[in-house]
Amino acid sequence: MPALLTVRNLTIRFGGITALNDVSFDVAEGHITGLIGPNGAGKTTCFNCITRLYQPTSGEVLFKGEDLLRCVPQQIAGKRIARTFQNVALFDHMSVLENALVGYHTRFPVGLAAWGAETAATREAMDVLDRLGLAGIANRPAHGLPFGLRKNVELARALMVRPELLLLDEPAAGLSHDEVTALGDTIKRIARDFSTTVLMVEHHMALVMRISDHIVVLASGKTLADGPPDAVRANPAVIEAYLGAV
Amino acid sequence: MPRPNAGLLTRVAIAVAVIAILPWVVPSFLVFDLIYVAAYTIAILGLIILTGMNGQISLGHGAFMALGGYVVAVLAHSAGWPYWIGVPLAAIASGVAGLLIGLVALRLAGVYLALATFSLAVATPSFLKHYKSITGGFDGMSLQPVQAPAGVPLGGQQWLYYVAWAVAGVVFLLSALLVRGQFGRALRALRDNPIAAVSFGVNPYFYKTAAFGWSAVLAGIAGGFYAIPTAYVSPDTFTFALSITLLIGAVLGGISTFWGALVGGIVVEFLPLVAQQINAAAPGVVYGVALILVMMFLPDGIVGGLLRLTYRFRRAPPQPALESSTPSAAPVTVGPQSRE
Repeated sequence: MPALLTVRNLTIRFGGITALNDVSFDVAEGHITGLIGPNGAGKTTCFNCITRLYQPTSGEVLFKGEDLLRCVPQQIAGKRIARTFQNVALFDHMSVLENALVGYHTRFPVGLAAWGAETAATREAMDVLDRLGLAGIANRPAHGLPFGLRKNVELARALMVRPELLLLDEPAAGLSHDEVTALGDTIKRIARDFSTTVLMVEHHMALVMRISDHIVVLASGKTLADGPPDAVRANPAVIEAYLGAV
Repeated sequence: MPRPNAGLLTRVAIAVAVIAILPWVVPSFLVFDLIYVAAYTIAILGLIILTGMNGQISLGHGAFMALGGYVVAVLAHSAGWPYWIGVPLAAIASGVAGLLIGLVALRLAGVYLALATFSLAVATPSFLKHYKSITGGFDGMSLQPVQAPAGVPLGGQQWLYYVAWAVAGVVFLLSALLVRGQFGRALRALRDNPIAAVSFGVNPYFYKTAAFGWSAVLAGIAGGFYAIPTAYVSPDTFTFALSITLLIGAVLGGISTFWGALVGGIVVEFLPLVAQQINAAAPGVVYGVALILVMMFLPDGIVGGLLRLTYRFRRAPPQPALESSTPSAAPVTVGPQSRE
């Protein structure tokens, strides 16, 4: 599989702290790639560099060969890259449907073509909400929803981008055992149905090992290991730094 | 595009009917006050879009009203241009100024933006006094009273009343069309969670500047209608207190719905008059107490309170007004995402 995303020699420093130190990895098109590591390893920082919320000190982030570091943050969704957030970041005073529709923002036609686009966007949003079991609460405000539903709303918003690359930041955090099992199936189904490549930061090792095609391990801002789940699981350095007995 | 519901159309029809009938059933001095209500309503509508929908707090909209008022006055006084040309030009001038201030505002947020815009309101009267060759300085400028066109069986004041409210209706409609759909969602997304909004392609520079520009357009129009009824403008017409009054109107009326502009306009025009009647010695105290009481018992404004009352009465969820799901509280700002 060709690489959809290539991270090369990515380094970012915050004052005297080096959050990412010469990190490199590829995300193959059509794969689910897990990005794992202990707290403070630099996983979310890596996401924030890819989505341009952070400006790396050096390195390259290539998406389909295009250097994303030349883009401003609001251009990233237009490249068909969507993300979720570690701390669920919804538009709390907007409805579930409106949250999903914000994901359509970059696909909204301009000029005369915008006439009638709202109807089409709403229809598509309702379809995505329905796939995630949210159609029944489409008109409810996002604030006050249970945590699991809020995560699903975030996922629906990301899917409205029709992403070629979907970045999931700890999608299983705060979910029950049954919900995590269902989440794994959902992610696999989404990757298939939406033909999207997934890069997933996650601490839930059982989930990562079950659904990932490839795993990248970060530790203290460096790439510790990179390979298929079985190889990563057996890697002594990974076991020592992070996994323990999985 | 979402269609207005039947309830909304009914409320609009009732409002239009009441506005149309009022000049024939109230004393003429009240018609004069109601022209000011129209001006306040238009200006407060701009603040509701800027602050309520987009989370940018302005304490300087009186300055945009001053610009609008003086554009109308200078064109009428010095060049003899009619008001119907002056008011649109006031809107354009104020809108351009709003865009420029909006660009500066991109670097500021919350109380810092509020203070920066407040300084604008404080500086405006001094500025108007300084350039006396254009503005008339301390003395201000006298204007021609409005006359109804030949053949229209209305007094000048009644004619101005209908024009002011017709313009208010048009700007309400235009604003509603503007903020519905994608544009309004982008404004509210930036208010609720700027980082998430940007991550989904919402350009904060465009939308925040556009919101500032449009709200300034409305303030400029309002400034025109603030100057014309008395046929006189001076720096004291547009003191910094006017900016505070507009924000009070938006909060009291209800900063989460367009109806809040109408209610806020009525309140800021008539509450001081009522306070004066209740206690002529200390109207400010009565005014202040009234503000505190409304904030205590109606934290989401009078319109928000009415919606909650309707909810209790009908046992059904309150219907949003022209725009949906806008917060009654201060805007939520999310800081940068944690590193891990």
